[in-house]
Formats: sequence, structure tokens, C-alpha cells
Amino acid sequence: MAEINNSLVLDAATDNLQQVMSFIEDCLKDRDISPKTEMHINMSVEEIFVNIAHYAYTEKTGKATINVSVTDDPAAITIIFKDSGIPYDPLAKKDPDVTLSAKERKIGGLGIYLVKKMMDEVVYKYENGQNVLIIKKHL
Amino acid sequence: MKINKNKNGTKLTFEIAGRVDTSTAPQLESAIKEEISGVKELVFDMDKVEYISSAGLRVLLSSQKTMNNQGTMKLINVNDEIMEIFEVTGFTDILTIE
Repeated sequence: MAEINNSLVLDAATDNLQQVMSFIEDCLKDRDISPKTEMHINMSVEEIFVNIAHYAYTEKTGKATINVSVTDDPAAITIIFKDSGIPYDPLAKKDPDVTLSAKERKIGGLGIYLVKKMMDEVVYKYENGQNVLIIKKHL
Repeated sequence: MKINKNKNGTKLTFEIAGRVDTSTAPQLESAIKEEISGVKELVFDMDKVEYISSAGLRVLLSSQKTMNNQGTMKLINVNDEIMEIFEVTGFTDILTIE
């Protein structure tokens, strides 16, 4: 199957979420992946893109770059998110305690935790003035 | 996302269809807020939910917190993919899922 290496550059704004999701869907359209894997990928992409849209740029909206590569051997998807916003390592945040009761639970904080659980690899680095977050999942 | 609501006395049922994500979760949240006062039994029918992100989980948790003070809440017809998300996040322990 043809390997894919596509990039999308767009404003880091939640209004663009649909565009991001369509881009990802398009990159995977020739692959026969399970609904579960698809959901894991979609969910992770949404969490990361929305995080960038909310937190990376404080005053005016900046750009986000999303690079998707889909390989055959190993069968995997790797997605690289880059933004030039405030340096921020989302992986440094402590995981939420998922054993607490509803009353004790704080609203929120589950996004990045889910990404860590759903992906096979999650790596953050700050490079050339950019936040770089790489996620990988075997297909 | 589409929401159908059905109110019968103090029982309120939401049938949710489609994607509950960052873009649509606020709609669900306002629909709940509008109707939740006086409700003793809140039901979410998840049969047609295709996808839920953490934005959707936040709405469910916040509804559960409200219902802990005024009655019961349950989710019905949860599919396997969504059940897995509930398991990973510990939501299976704090929500009633039938």
C-alpha cells in the first residue's frame, strides 16, 4: 500500500478542528483499521490540537503544523504537531487520579492522559523555538 | 451531534447521536443545564454516539456531580469503543452504566 507523508498548516483555533479531523481521515482512508484504533487516533489528535489552540498562543492566533506519516513496515501512523507558542510540555503534567469518586474528581485534565493511554508512543521536545509533540500508533 | 430529549415527570432522557467533541460538547452542556433543575432521574441513551472526547467526558462528570445531589444518573446502550474510554478514565467506577 502506498505510504503517506502529508502536512497541514493552519491557524491553531478550535474552529479548525473539523478541518484537522478531515485531514487525518483522508490520510487513513486507504487503510483498513478497526473502529477502536480510529477512535484512539481521532481522540488523540483532537486533544492535542485543541490544547495547542487553547494554550500555545496567548494574544493572537498562531499557526500549527501537523505532519502525518503512515508506513507499511511497521504498519503505523506517526503524527507530529508543531507550534511556535509558549514552550509547554504537556507530558510533564501529573496524571489525574482515575480512582477518585465523582465528588472528588476535578472537571478536566483527562485529555493528555487519554493520549498517553491510547498511543503507543508520545514524545515531546522543544526544538528551534517550537513545541514538537510526536505521537505514534501501530495499525 | 443531535440531541433528543424526553421529559416525563422528574425523569429526563437524552438520546445523543453522532460526535461529542470539543465543538459539540457545549451544546450538550447547555441542553442539560436548561432542563436539569428538579430532575430526579437522568438518563443518557448513548446508542448512536459514534465518538466522545475529553470534552464530552467533562460534561458527563459535571452532570454526575449535579445528580449526586438531586437524584440518579445512568447511561444506557454504551458501545465497546466508548466503554473502553470509560474504563481507561475510571468513569466505569463513577458512572452507572447499564
